[in-house]
Amino acid sequence: MAESGDRAREEFLSEAQEIVEGLGRDLLALDEGLRASRLDPSLINDVFRAVHTLKGLAGLFGATRMASLSHELEELLDKLRLGKVDLTAGVLDLLFRSVQLYGLILQAEKEGRDQVIPEVDELVRELNRNGGAGVAAAAAAPSRYELDPSLLAVLTEYEEHRLRANIAQGLRLYRLRVQFQLATIDQALDELKAMAKPHGEIITYLPTGAGADADSIELDILMASAVGTEDLRHALASGGVDLEEIPRRAGSSGSSGNTGPSSVRIPQHTPLPASGLGVPSLAPPSRHDEVSHGPKGDLGTLRSVAQTVRVDIHKLDRLMNIVGELSIVRTSMARLVERLRAERIERDLAADVHRLQRTFERHLGAMQQGILEVRMVPLGQVFDKLARVVRQISREADKLVNLVITGAETEVDKLIVEELSDPLMHMMRNAIDHGIETRGEREAVGKPALGTIALNAFQKGNHVVIEIEDDGRGIDTSRLLEASVRRGVISADDARSISRAEILNLIFIPGVSTKSEVSETSGRGVGMDVVKTNIGKLGGVIDVQSEQGIGTKMTVTLPITLAIISALVVLVEDRLFAVPLANVQEAVVLDPAAVRVIDGREVVTLRGSTLQLCRLARLFELETQAKQPTTNGWPSSSGAGAPGSASSDSRPAARPASTRQYVVVTAVGARRLGLVVGTLVGEQDVVIKALGPSLKGVRGFAGASELGDQRIALVIDAPSLVDELHAPGGERVRPMIASRGSHG
Amino acid sequence: MARILLVEDSAAMRTYVRAALEGLPALGDDGEIVEAASGFNALRLLPRAAYDLVITDINMPDINGLELLSFVRKSPLYKEIPLLIISTQASERDRERGLALGADGFLAKPFTPEAIRHAVTQSLSGRGSSGGDAARSRA
Repeated sequence: MAESGDRAREEFLSEAQEIVEGLGRDLLALDEGLRASRLDPSLINDVFRAVHTLKGLAGLFGATRMASLSHELEELLDKLRLGKVDLTAGVLDLLFRSVQLYGLILQAEKEGRDQVIPEVDELVRELNRNGGAGVAAAAAAPSRYELDPSLLAVLTEYEEHRLRANIAQGLRLYRLRVQFQLATIDQALDELKAMAKPHGEIITYLPTGAGADADSIELDILMASAVGTEDLRHALASGGVDLEEIPRRAGSSGSSGNTGPSSVRIPQHTPLPASGLGVPSLAPPSRHDEVSHGPKGDLGTLRSVAQTVRVDIHKLDRLMNIVGELSIVRTSMARLVERLRAERIERDLAADVHRLQRTFERHLGAMQQGILEVRMVPLGQVFDKLARVVRQISREADKLVNLVITGAETEVDKLIVEELSDPLMHMMRNAIDHGIETRGEREAVGKPALGTIALNAFQKGNHVVIEIEDDGRGIDTSRLLEASVRRGVISADDARSISRAEILNLIFIPGVSTKSEVSETSGRGVGMDVVKTNIGKLGGVIDVQSEQGIGTKMTVTLPITLAIISALVVLVEDRLFAVPLANVQEAVVLDPAAVRVIDGREVVTLRGSTLQLCRLARLFELETQAKQPTTNGWPSSSGAGAPGSASSDSRPAARPASTRQYVVVTAVGARRLGLVVGTLVGEQDVVIKALGPSLKGVRGFAGASELGDQRIALVIDAPSLVDELHAPGGERVRPMIASRGSHG
Repeated sequence: MARILLVEDSAAMRTYVRAALEGLPALGDDGEIVEAASGFNALRLLPRAAYDLVITDINMPDINGLELLSFVRKSPLYKEIPLLIISTQASERDRERGLALGADGFLAKPFTPEAIRHAVTQSLSGRGSSGGDAARSRA
């Protein structure tokens, strides 16, 4: 019981999380509806149900704070859905605040803390005060219609209220009778709902009990509509609906409550003869009879009902790790097969093993792909949160902001989505706070008072791109540069030769900000440097474009998944490194003659453009003593004994002339860097494992990876290398690790 | 053994009930709890096996617990199955309606594991004993 109790609690937390997220979405939809004066009552009921479920769960799992908040909210929402309280922007504010507080409570519950959250108590008090208000809703008696009393008996309070509200509006009532196949009922019902929605409101669904057999069921659907019988019949024609208007009672004043059997218009069903039901287990069941031991085949279908399962992400991680281990086995196996084939003995056997290995590879690939897909969730999850933030901040800052979201369905690894939430939130705050101008300012420069922030997501190859683009004031590059110099981030000299793109990139350096005043929302000490670091941890990059007076666009480029990557394995001196293939554009042989030194940086010209080089051996201090560079800091190997070396350093070669080197061209966003390596070992799928805590702070590596046959490769963190070497003053190429310790 | 159909749209609530009923003697050795996440799923599952008890929530979208109850009681096939309502519904209204429609018991959420074990044991041991009063006794 203890273990299943834990499971239940986990389930509770994740379900509560989901409900709260859904709640946020519904509130946004309500907010939109409110502004357009088109409130969907079913949406209010959804919100009520969400809170209602939270309350029930909180009660069971002893989450007292959540229970008391839910209780007060439920009271309010009950009044809202029963029409006793009107939904206003103020009420909606309360509800939005509750979403945020649920988040805090859940966080505390997850961490097992039972701390006081003053905001929650405050909201509970406010709700309590608010709860007193409320007027009796205008109601009209359903007895004006010839409704089946047995139908009235099964309505929940809410359904009864909706019935009354619709009657009060003078709408017509219809009974739709539909036969559904049980196998497809969900889909068929959704289609019917979508068809019916434009024409009125569905109040309830009632299984008639007739026509029910093992495969199908008959439902009576009570619907209110302003549309005439023929028109509605026409509108629902494709749904296989038998439609009948429920007549108003003649001379009804609405006062008579009794509905005699003579007035019942919804026909009573006739039960099907039992012979019509073929399944043995359908015999009238009684307890403990032989039917319970019916064919096991029937039971096989019992569990196939749920369409989705909830899985702990850590379980998927474990599966992923196993697949990772299998990938390593695959690599070793491939090597063995190669050896076997090279031996030229037992050729048939070798061919068989080879074929088997290929099949294994294919299936393993499919499995890996499958697990990756399971881990994918739509970005909409985090976008919804952002939409709430926009609403909240723009209200606080008294700015009018219209958030336009595209690509919310774009899918990314669950872990990335989780980690993305904070950085995106911060960027969104910046966009509203520093980007979008006040109404007055906007009008003064001839912009519409309503600012626009576009949040776009789309897939681009192996990456997902997220853009946050505002039409605000843009970044003032001269002020930014001035501030950077003043704070000593760059030297006055550097400032004179810096490009516009480099200036914009200064916002990612700690301590640089153009706003002198600290704002309520974004000035909390978390700067764009933290955003950049966090995005970088996910293997992503962030770029900024800005035009003064026109707006700012932040572009985040992320890998779709973190777990397994294809990498180019290279050898530098005697060490193995893996460069993520996603960052590799191409690999070419280094022509030492082509290397020039510009501004203290080694470059080559590749396909018409200049490519900065980075010698990994030097960077990681792997060069042996004999090859240590001399005074000017450039490795002698750049000359590599090639005749006519163009290097500024024409020292005699210390390396055998036969030693070829390669340039692995890495690209991160629009920036490129040529990594100079010794040997290209090959392409391989690798599982990235985090470095231990002691090495966590080391920049330049994304992790380590086992390559099979007990060899270990450090995985190059291309984005951080590119950053480091492209930074102003990046020519001061400094070793990121000083360790010379052995490994592997 | 006994087979229970548990109709509840909250997965956590279903897990809670399942955990509470685990090893309950009245369920027998290989007792079984079949879960339905909605009224529709309940309708789908009802013909698939013989159940000894239906436990249902009231507040569910589309087909609510009262509608399910009414269907079960009207059906010649299922009308004998005892039915226990679990609901957070605060109002007396639904409780009364449920009992009027033929529910054998009503358990208000939140309930303790002991309460549901007790209610289920009573319902399974034959509702001849005054229509589930025992189940109703705890609210």
